Amino acid sequence: MSLTDFIDALTGRMTLEALPFWKMVQNPTPENIVNGAIATGVAAILVLAAIAVLALLTYFRLWRTVWFDWLTTVDHKKIGIMYIVLSFVMMLRGVVEANFMRANQAVGFDGGFLSADHFGELFTTHGTIMIFFVAMPFLSGVINYVLPLQIGARDMSFPVTNAIGLALTASGAMLVMASLLFLPFSIGGWTGYPPFTGKEYSPDVGPNYWIWAVTLSGLGTTLTGINVACTVYKKRCPGMDFWKMPMFVWASVTTAILMIFALPPLTVATAMLALDRYLDFHFFTTDAGGIPMLYANLFWLFGHPEVYILVLPAFGVWSEVFATFSGKTLYAYRTLVWATLSIAVISFLVWVHHFFTMGQSAGMNAVFGIATMLVGVPTGVKIYDWLLTMYRGRVRITTPMVYALGFVMLFVIGGASGILLANPTIDYQVHNSVFLVAHFHNMVIPGTLFGMLGAYSFWFPKAFGFMLDDWWGKLGASLWIVGFMLAFFPLYAVGLLGLPRRSVAYSEAAYTPYTVVAMLGALVVLAALGAMFWQLYVSIRNRDALNVYAGDPWDGRTLEWSISSPPPVYNFAVGPEVFARDAFWEEKRAGHAYQIPDQWEDIELPANSWLAPILFFSSFTLTFGLVWHMWWLVILSLLVVVGALVARSFVIDRERTIPADVVREEHLRWLKAVREAPSAPRELEVAPGNWGRPQSEAGVPE
Amino acid sequence: MSQARHPGLKLGHEHDPGSGEVEALVFGFWIFMMSDLLIFGCVFATYVVMLPQVADGPSAAELFHLRGPLIETTLLLASSVTIGFALLETKHRADKRRTTLWLAVTFLLGAGFLFSSTHSLLGHLENGAGPSRSAFLSAYWLLVPLHALHVAIGCLWIAVAAAQVRIRGFDWVTTGGLLRLSIYWHFLDIVWIGILSVVYLGAMI
Ligand code: HEM
Ligand SMILES: [Cu+2]
Repeated sequence: MSLTDFIDALTGRMTLEALPFWKMVQNPTPENIVNGAIATGVAAILVLAAIAVLALLTYFRLWRTVWFDWLTTVDHKKIGIMYIVLSFVMMLRGVVEANFMRANQAVGFDGGFLSADHFGELFTTHGTIMIFFVAMPFLSGVINYVLPLQIGARDMSFPVTNAIGLALTASGAMLVMASLLFLPFSIGGWTGYPPFTGKEYSPDVGPNYWIWAVTLSGLGTTLTGINVACTVYKKRCPGMDFWKMPMFVWASVTTAILMIFALPPLTVATAMLALDRYLDFHFFTTDAGGIPMLYANLFWLFGHPEVYILVLPAFGVWSEVFATFSGKTLYAYRTLVWATLSIAVISFLVWVHHFFTMGQSAGMNAVFGIATMLVGVPTGVKIYDWLLTMYRGRVRITTPMVYALGFVMLFVIGGASGILLANPTIDYQVHNSVFLVAHFHNMVIPGTLFGMLGAYSFWFPKAFGFMLDDWWGKLGASLWIVGFMLAFFPLYAVGLLGLPRRSVAYSEAAYTPYTVVAMLGALVVLAALGAMFWQLYVSIRNRDALNVYAGDPWDGRTLEWSISSPPPVYNFAVGPEVFARDAFWEEKRAGHAYQIPDQWEDIELPANSWLAPILFFSSFTLTFGLVWHMWWLVILSLLVVVGALVARSFVIDRERTIPADVVREEHLRWLKAVREAPSAPRELEVAPGNWGRPQSEAGVPE
Repeated sequence: MSQARHPGLKLGHEHDPGSGEVEALVFGFWIFMMSDLLIFGCVFATYVVMLPQVADGPSAAELFHLRGPLIETTLLLASSVTIGFALLETKHRADKRRTTLWLAVTFLLGAGFLFSSTHSLLGHLENGAGPSRSAFLSAYWLLVPLHALHVAIGCLWIAVAAAQVRIRGFDWVTTGGLLRLSIYWHFLDIVWIGILSVVYLGAMI
């Protein structure tokens, strides 16, 4: 083998052209320079940020902490936090990309400053990142953190599997990040439709990145779904039958079931696309009998349930938020449960509405259009339930409530535009226009994203033991609401005027005012993110004044508020038993909260595991090798994956024990703190001086 | 919720320390199998959709014969019986030697299945009936090798499980593992029956 052969085998299909500045250096036309400069700048920021993180960790000698407390942990709380950190990092990138797209379209009359390919990469990575690496990790993180606490459990059913789910998701995210350094990413949109993404029309490696990133995320999500479902079935504390589960638990388990059922079609679709591209199969090609429409069906068989995977956990969050800040029990709990379950079932019966225009009969379209409108019924029921929860309550406007109110108003508008689109005759007019872009952002930002940001503001004090600054929080929430409206309401109008989605440029001067306003909106959203990061900084600085170690800052209703903030590793010193749906609230009402247990036991917890970090690195190298056809890397990584799994099955000692004495001491210290904390009236809820010990409204007649 | 209930052999005693864990593991594994079944469901659906898409290649009727698949069916069904014996040994005698022996037999039957099915796949390849020939053949080359891949992973698992029985004996980790292994193995049987009926018998009609 000659040297060049060797290098070829080593680098696979990667050449110098993969570098972001190469094209600009080789062929310095103005267009190449603009696009190359942006790509190079972003890549440089990424590299510098990575170096800075590594340097800081080394400087503060945090590597041991990172490895032992975080990377190898199997604690559901830490896994939840890591999911959310990942989500915020990726959100930053997604929003910055959105700003580039909006800026380009604002000057897009007869050509923007981005090349068509660059714009294509932007909407593809933006969509892929926002769905798979922002929304999904965020909701997985919130479920991970909150669910075991709400059902009175010490952990998930499968803690190591849980860590593996995070590892796979994170390595998928890393793969998308790697595509900033080694171009190109796919330009086929977040849906990756063949034949365009097949090898005939996209011979470069771009779609490979997309395929493997999405596959990793999908596998991680499947594992999460199995884990959550099993946890809810098997790990509820004594007394918690199904009708005593908090609404968020119902939402989570329904989401988990959707994950288990919806992800397989995606896995199959991406696997088939990969076979087409790598091994010359003919599933979705235009020749040899391939059927590209089969891909559309499989993808949306996943894709539509996916949007309910995105929104149901948020519905769960709203149910908790509205009840808590109205000081009332959730209105029509059972109806809400049934509504949630019906949404889950209907969500599998509507996928064709994503391609009304792609050739099935009018009768078929009518059936799916009607099915789609049906989803509006249980969703509408939910909205009324939340409004009626507030009705005659003493409503307190905190940061989570600002998100919640923004959600109710905006989500109804988005839902209405969805009902319009569900009508095939209307869809024929506006499909593939930015009217659709406005519609789905109108669901996914006020629905999912506000839900997750609300959850972040709501449970942050639980996770870290201090409140988030309320003023900056409300500013952030308001900027999100205003920014969203500015960025997307104009798109309804300009969509009706005919601007197609995914347009790098247009030739109709009348569009410009709308796209300019939309760009301003995107900037406001960026400012909202800034406000959120500043809020975090301010709150960390003031953490002593904002301390809520006593654990119940919001006068909460469910079990997670009945323990210290942050909770001990084992969550509950003594396993709780519940007698009511609002378990902790009822305890407070009866005056039974904060009792001293009369028995203490050793607590067994699963020990840390190396498996997840090993799989994180090896699944990244595996897929990176696959993207670039570096077969040696693929084989090596596969060996590591299989070897690690087999080796793990021989590991014997998987538990560590926390002695009863330690548990007792920690718990008594906390109870003492609870007793000593000045109990705060609700007017002081968001001010420093909350201390996590409310003058509870439980017991005050509703 | 202490009632330990799941379909399948009960390998441990009710009051074993790990019985709750095994219970959850087996339940979780059933859910995992269900999601795997959905994967096969999508692949089966693809196969059926692709049946007419033969382009200029051979059709199912021209390509398939029953001899190979029937041998494979026999091997796989027999292996389901032998893995059942391995579990019975575990339950009633907890005899390491006998359990591993039955596992070894199962492994050999699985390997025989793989040998036979690889042989026929290579035969197709030689006759120009590879996956690139037509969409129909692509679907065939997804469905049957996907099942074979599962069998291969199952064989690896059997080897690991046998080693664990030898090294660790019958604690709840190994018996829980054996239980899941047998669920997995029977699952492959069921999928194979699907393949036999849809692909091979279907081609005879
Ligand atoms: C935060 C503010 C956001 C802004 C300003 C924004 C902006 C945009 C823009 C300009 C596009 C391209 C539209 C076109 O095709 O003409 C787009 C596409 C898209 N966005 Fe967003 N977006 C935001 C948040 C989100 C979020 C939170 C999600 C999902 C959770 C999301 C998911 C998507 C998807 C799936 C696409 C379609 C990509 C494709 O065409 O394949 N976006 N967005
Ligand atoms: Cu849909």
